[in-house]
Amino acid sequence: MTMTENRQNSVIGTRQLRREDPALLTGEAKFTNDLNLPGALHLSILRSPHAHAKIVSIDTAAAKASPGVVAVYTGAELQSQWAGPMPCAWPVTPDMKNPPHFPLAASKVCYVGDGVVAVLATSESASRDALDLIDVEYKVLKAVVDVEEALSDANIIHEDLGTNKSYTWNLKIEATEGCVEDAFQKAAFKVSERYVQQRLLPMAMEPRAVAAVPQPFGGDITLYSSTQIPHILKVMAALTLGIPEHQVRVVAPSVGGGFGSKLDVYAEELLCMALARKHSLPVRWVEERSENSMATIHGRGQVQYVELAADKSGKLTAVRVRIKADMGAYLQLVTPGVPILGAFLYAGVYDIPLAYDFSCDGIFTTLTPTDAYRGAGRPEATYAIESAMDALARAMKIDPLELRKRNFIQKEQFPYTAFSGLTYDSGDHLQAAEKAAGLADYAGIRAQQAKQNVPGAKKRLGIGMSSYFEMCGLAPSRVLASLNYGAGGWEAATVRVLPTCKVQVVTGTSPHGQGHETSWAMIASEKLGIPQEDIDVLHSDTAISPLGLDTYGSRSLPVGGVAIAGACDKVIDKARLIAAHQLECSADDLEFAGGVFSVKGSPDRAVPMAAIAFAAFTAHNLPDGLEPNLEAQYTYDPPNFSWPFGTHMCVLEVDTETGQIEILKYVAVDDCGVQINPLIVEGQVHGGVIQGLAQALFEEAVYDTDGNLKTTTLAEYLVPAASDVPSITTAHTVTPSPTNQLGVKGIGEAGTIGAASTVINAVVDALSGIGVTSMPMPASPQTVWRAIQSAAQAK
Amino acid sequence: MIPAAFDYKRASSAAEAISLVGQYGDEAKFLAGGHSLIPLMKLRLAQPAMLIDIGRIKDLSYIKDGGDFIAIGALTRHMDVEKSALVLKEVPLLAHAAGYVGDAQVRHRGTIGGSLAHADSASDLPATTLALGATYVAQGPKGERLIAAADFYKGFLESALQPDEMLTEIRVPKMNGAKWGFEKFNRRAQDWAIVGVAAWRSKDASGVALVNMGSTPILATSVSAALKSGASVADAAQLAAAEAEPQDDLNASSEYRVHLAKVLVRRALEKASA
Ligand SMILES: Cc1cc2nc3c(=O)[nH]c(=O)nc-3n(C[C@H](O)[C@H](O)[C@H](O)COP(=O)(O)OP(=O)(O)OC[C@H]3O[C@@H](n4cnc5c(N)ncnc54)[C@H](O)[C@@H]3O)c2cc1C
Repeated sequence: MTMTENRQNSVIGTRQLRREDPALLTGEAKFTNDLNLPGALHLSILRSPHAHAKIVSIDTAAAKASPGVVAVYTGAELQSQWAGPMPCAWPVTPDMKNPPHFPLAASKVCYVGDGVVAVLATSESASRDALDLIDVEYKVLKAVVDVEEALSDANIIHEDLGTNKSYTWNLKIEATEGCVEDAFQKAAFKVSERYVQQRLLPMAMEPRAVAAVPQPFGGDITLYSSTQIPHILKVMAALTLGIPEHQVRVVAPSVGGGFGSKLDVYAEELLCMALARKHSLPVRWVEERSENSMATIHGRGQVQYVELAADKSGKLTAVRVRIKADMGAYLQLVTPGVPILGAFLYAGVYDIPLAYDFSCDGIFTTLTPTDAYRGAGRPEATYAIESAMDALARAMKIDPLELRKRNFIQKEQFPYTAFSGLTYDSGDHLQAAEKAAGLADYAGIRAQQAKQNVPGAKKRLGIGMSSYFEMCGLAPSRVLASLNYGAGGWEAATVRVLPTCKVQVVTGTSPHGQGHETSWAMIASEKLGIPQEDIDVLHSDTAISPLGLDTYGSRSLPVGGVAIAGACDKVIDKARLIAAHQLECSADDLEFAGGVFSVKGSPDRAVPMAAIAFAAFTAHNLPDGLEPNLEAQYTYDPPNFSWPFGTHMCVLEVDTETGQIEILKYVAVDDCGVQINPLIVEGQVHGGVIQGLAQALFEEAVYDTDGNLKTTTLAEYLVPAASDVPSITTAHTVTPSPTNQLGVKGIGEAGTIGAASTVINAVVDALSGIGVTSMPMPASPQTVWRAIQSAAQAK
Repeated sequence: MIPAAFDYKRASSAAEAISLVGQYGDEAKFLAGGHSLIPLMKLRLAQPAMLIDIGRIKDLSYIKDGGDFIAIGALTRHMDVEKSALVLKEVPLLAHAAGYVGDAQVRHRGTIGGSLAHADSASDLPATTLALGATYVAQGPKGERLIAAADFYKGFLESALQPDEMLTEIRVPKMNGAKWGFEKFNRRAQDWAIVGVAAWRSKDASGVALVNMGSTPILATSVSAALKSGASVADAAQLAAAEAEPQDDLNASSEYRVHLAKVLVRRALEKASA
């Protein structure tokens, strides 16, 4: 039963400004690089200018002699510091190939940006200046830039592996053997499409920053890092450095965005710790913006082959998918698992029979490693199925909305066991699609299109849509086990009512812009009947919150938030025993509302939480055997993923002379179940949509054929600004999740998952009348113009 | 992000700035709004050993009526050019173009003199002042000289200024009611143009200049000649790139640039002929 069904919520569901914002907006918030660490040494890293090269020799003499320089280390000189290579926590197949990866390259560099030499100096500028004095001789090898060419193994990057292929992961689900092939043989309609998910730079506003501080006594070390994952990082750093885990503390101060790029264990974190240990001094590092473009993981990087088979009414009968996924030069924390997270979503929101065939090759290239980026595998999957649905509608010459309606899983079918064996807990796709169509004036746009898109039209009108399911709230631990993931998916919470009835909520989630402090206080306030301003939320420090699995995969609310509700329940249960003791009644005779326990039927016999909290603290008069204090810890392992869904629509015009696109309207109808704070939900949708739209129209990490990144500043890497994006119409349907007591689903990635295909479908829709049937991302004016030109020539 | 080490001196007059630059020679650079120079220094693409800050020379920030022309002090910020009633009235094309430079922060810091001296063909004001037939005033150790905009731009980030010369004033002929059009084609609102066009037209004359169509701003003289001899706007616009040798970059091939120049010159001239 969900909370909303129990009674009227008074806090949950209210629009509230975020309590985090005053400090962030006034510059009061302290980020890693704001920490004042007297005597700290500054680390700078000389990085490879070559995508693929052998290190012949390194001369550091001049750098060592440079003013302020304390030490200079090559990879070979630091090799003894590591108890093991950098971690990859997701060996997706038993035979997955994973080259050893150390914080500095010792003999060979494998991408532009690979670390080669570490400099420690007494100031940031002294360490940066010294980099220019280091002389490295390289023997340059051929770069491997194209993921499909890499598969030929003509040019092997990690010789010891003997191949550029890390793994092949298959998921074939057939009601009867061979039924996928059969379905394609018998199909009335088929489409076969190739899509490229270009590499993206996550581009968090705060680049990464690290400070490692050895304690003056004992062997303990505190690592401050701009990370999403203090808890996972603590375990991994301990293992990689050979420091006992209990001697490592990790703190994530204010973190300025991550989008998955800070869901990693990075060379610089390990270098700072190793060098702090070696020098017995604090060591700090902050990433330059251009450095960030190559030393922080990239997102996406896939080539997708998608085939749909349909009967004559357009009902899907089989789906076949082949992915070539670009791992980059090494496997980072979850690199190989990213495309696998998408594997379960290539049938989208559609009711397909057991006829699904998916295979993914993970492939090494000499480029920056890829890893999780907002949506991780799921935007790619959604893009493919939703673009292919439009292609199918074009092939059938029917309306794409109509085609979707014929295929949606119907409301009555939930909970729906999908081909993959996963259960979609709830949904109503038709309602979301119709709501979006209404807000976008779908019928009106179609009518206007018929008038406007005449031959020779200078401005062509298009409307596109995407209906999505998101598999998030990572994740049931047992499901993760079946995917070979190296950890669980639970989340921990502690709720502590202090003697004066102020509350500490301790969470294992690690916010970096999402507003957890606001939302978690709202949940605890709703549950405990204690005002929000009396509730503090503690997080992101493994000494304060020792248990947790951090923030990614839209998990914080549906796992971490639910854990807080569970901990509150335990606190209330204990408080009830104390209240019953004080009121001399049975605990079952008490009701609890608005922070007060009262005897059912005689409301004047009541005791407020404040009195119970104080009694629990003094412990002068507690029921026999009850422990003093009012505190509970609860760990929640979700029984299922969380399944938010929705439909997005975009209306735009294409200037056929220049290829310029103008978005006229963007409608996002999202269903994340019960909303804790609708203002935060809206913010997440806005940000997500813009990030997806940015992939569709603006952003791409461009490499030349030698593996040089050409988009290393924000002048070349086009992150859109407020002036470049449309106003977004957000709307919601509310289908509470039946699997958790709050009825909530994740919303952090939904916008990104829906947006890219929505926008590209609209562009193709605008131009299909003049022969354009596909559009690579990003659809820059030049790309659009060329597509129009080549369609005209093909006629 | 971290520039190489440099020294810094602040000049309180043009004469002082010129004497300082004479003292430090090649090592020195003027610092005006810093919005071109500092980014280059942060990337270590520029490593001047001495910065001579001219940004606070108050008497070089002004906009005056010079009779046939408007005189603008070299240290005048883009925002002041954009908002000036005098510029809006007498050279509205320049006010409009100044309003399209970068974003509000850039326009509050960047100066017209810095923009012209930097001689970036992708910048808006070099081409706009070129189209308008402006004259620049340069001051050096030997005194003042006038340089026509048409003679100023020598190559990629290369101008006719000597290292010890400073731009002090920009003289822009009044437009006397001539109509104009300005087209800036880019992917993000605050970016430099992929291709830009500044154009004006009166009864018997016109000026058309192109942004980012080669290593210098380009005066599209063939377009003006065609218009003078009676060609239609559409036909004249076909000659837009006759003087240009556009480059390839991430945003546009030279072929696409040529195409854009033709479309944008036509659009700008349509506005200037309306
Ligand atoms: C984010 C961003 C976006 C931008 N977008 C645009 C745009 O869309 N369009 C556009 O046109 N510009 C754009 N600019 C550039 C901006 O207009 C600059 O301010 C301008 O080009 C340089 O002026 P400045 O006063 O900042 O010069 P500085 O950066 O201080 O100097 C530039 C160069 O000129 C020299 N110099 C400066 N003043 C003089 C002088 N009086 N005499 C001799 N030499 C001098 C300096 O030594 C230096 O070499 C942008 C800049 C940024 C940072």
